[in-house]
Amino acid sequence: MDFLNALILLLNYIVVPALSYGSQLALGAIFVTLIYGILRFANFATGDMMSFGTMFAVLLTWYFQSLGISLGVLPTALLTIPFAIIMMILYMLTIDKFVFSYYRIKKSPPVQLAMVSIGVMFVTQAIVRIIIGPFDRRFFDGERFIIKANEFKEMTGLNEGLSIKSTQVLTIIITIIVVSILFWFLNKTKTGKSMRAYSDNEDLALLSGIDPKRVVMITWMIAGILATIGGVLYGLDKSFKPFTYFNNMLPIFAAAIVGGIGNPFGAFLGGYVIAFSEIFLTYAYKKFFTYVLPESMEPDSLIQLLSTDYKFAVSFSILVIVLLFRPSGIFKGKVL
Amino acid sequence: MAFFEGQNMTGGYGGADIITSCNIDVNKGEIVAILGPNGAGKSTAMKAMLGLLNLKNGVVKIDGKDISNLSPQDRVKEGISFVPQTRNVFTGLTVRENLEMGAFLRNEKIDKVIKEIYDLFPILEEKKSQLVGELSGGQRQQVALGRALMIKPSVLMLDEPTAGVSPIVMDELFDHILKVKQTNVAILMVEQNAKQALSISDRGYVLVTGENKFSGTGEELLNDPEVRRSFLGA
Repeated sequence: MDFLNALILLLNYIVVPALSYGSQLALGAIFVTLIYGILRFANFATGDMMSFGTMFAVLLTWYFQSLGISLGVLPTALLTIPFAIIMMILYMLTIDKFVFSYYRIKKSPPVQLAMVSIGVMFVTQAIVRIIIGPFDRRFFDGERFIIKANEFKEMTGLNEGLSIKSTQVLTIIITIIVVSILFWFLNKTKTGKSMRAYSDNEDLALLSGIDPKRVVMITWMIAGILATIGGVLYGLDKSFKPFTYFNNMLPIFAAAIVGGIGNPFGAFLGGYVIAFSEIFLTYAYKKFFTYVLPESMEPDSLIQLLSTDYKFAVSFSILVIVLLFRPSGIFKGKVL
Repeated sequence: MAFFEGQNMTGGYGGADIITSCNIDVNKGEIVAILGPNGAGKSTAMKAMLGLLNLKNGVVKIDGKDISNLSPQDRVKEGISFVPQTRNVFTGLTVRENLEMGAFLRNEKIDKVIKEIYDLFPILEEKKSQLVGELSGGQRQQVALGRALMIKPSVLMLDEPTAGVSPIVMDELFDHILKVKQTNVAILMVEQNAKQALSISDRGYVLVTGENKFSGTGEELLNDPEVRRSFLGA
């Protein structure tokens, strides 16, 4: 029995990956929840908007690399995020002006807007594929690892190594910074409060003199920041492939709904709930039990509840269970 | 000429006219009640004065200035504040945030105004960090009144402020409305609880099928046998 090795094993294969994957989902889920809370529709173009923003980061990374600009040990892509965000926001505001605003002014039902967003999704997908193509792109540069598995083994003398990728740490740190700024903005500034008021009671917000156009514009700007940062972090950690981003929409929506749609803090926590569930249920625990159980009881099989191919089934099941038993989300608290 | 008045108002929500040639006016420091049976157009008359429906005929004036063509938001800037009958608070915001949103159009420091509202409704100071969705009905109505008072309105319009609250809370609310009156605000309210409303009102209008049927001081209306028989039910 060797609990320390078992613990490192879980840290290495479950906790660290789930924290970074959860952060990426959390950013997307807050994006979904903000659009739902303020513009009042489920934005099915979420995944593809994230890939649109990331595409600019990838293109600019290549450009910066060709100019010889780099951040040393950090990925060059971090430098490109502000520019990619600007492109993303411009795209979102253009789409809003030419597509969504028409239905908003007509006061179309939310389902109609959701359908419209599916149209936006297809168009966005096509644009991304025309510009950068459907292939898998890696745009990470700089130092890959903060701690390598064999270095860790040498340092501690344990059998199990703990490897921590720089992208995982970057993801977690940047997510915490972005989310903290967002919550400060929503709760402490006049503009942020007016957005929450608009989301809470649109008619009364109008009677109080809150300008709906400004609220909508700022919502898209925040959405653009969240979509681009979330997309770039995911792309750095794994790779940039437009189809994967489209696929990520399911866990992102699951996270937003688990947290109670319209509730940004719930969406933030929901990201981690989904990420941990996916990884917990698809991890093969054979080695873990080899460490924990006495030799006579060592398992023969992989002890894997679900094959990793089924990881989307996990988010989907959580989604269905939450909608059946706690449709307002598992976290109590204020909306937006 | 009264401070805030709607003259000869005619209009509806697109179909048939709901109010016809309706006249309502209110002066500063005065409470005026609009009464009448269900479907008489009481709320409609008030909404017309706020600009929530388009008038075919008639003018709305504040302090002699014609505001008939202004949007509700622009009328708010003229100092007209409105408390809707339902959904009149931001339930997901705290009490203090509700008050801050009421003062959204004011750019100066609002701490002083918030202090005044707390003096008027002491319970709000006690609950200032609580979500309004967690408050009782009477407390919510105070939040709604406080929010509307944050722009320091010259006219306050209340759409059935006592709908759905218990009789005890209703008396308390009327007391609060009287306190607001003392700050020299013109108060116009639509009420179902006619007797109680008239007892605190300086004047009242009784609308029937969208037209002025009776008007007079609260006492006159309460003692008018015809009003009592046809409307007050006693």
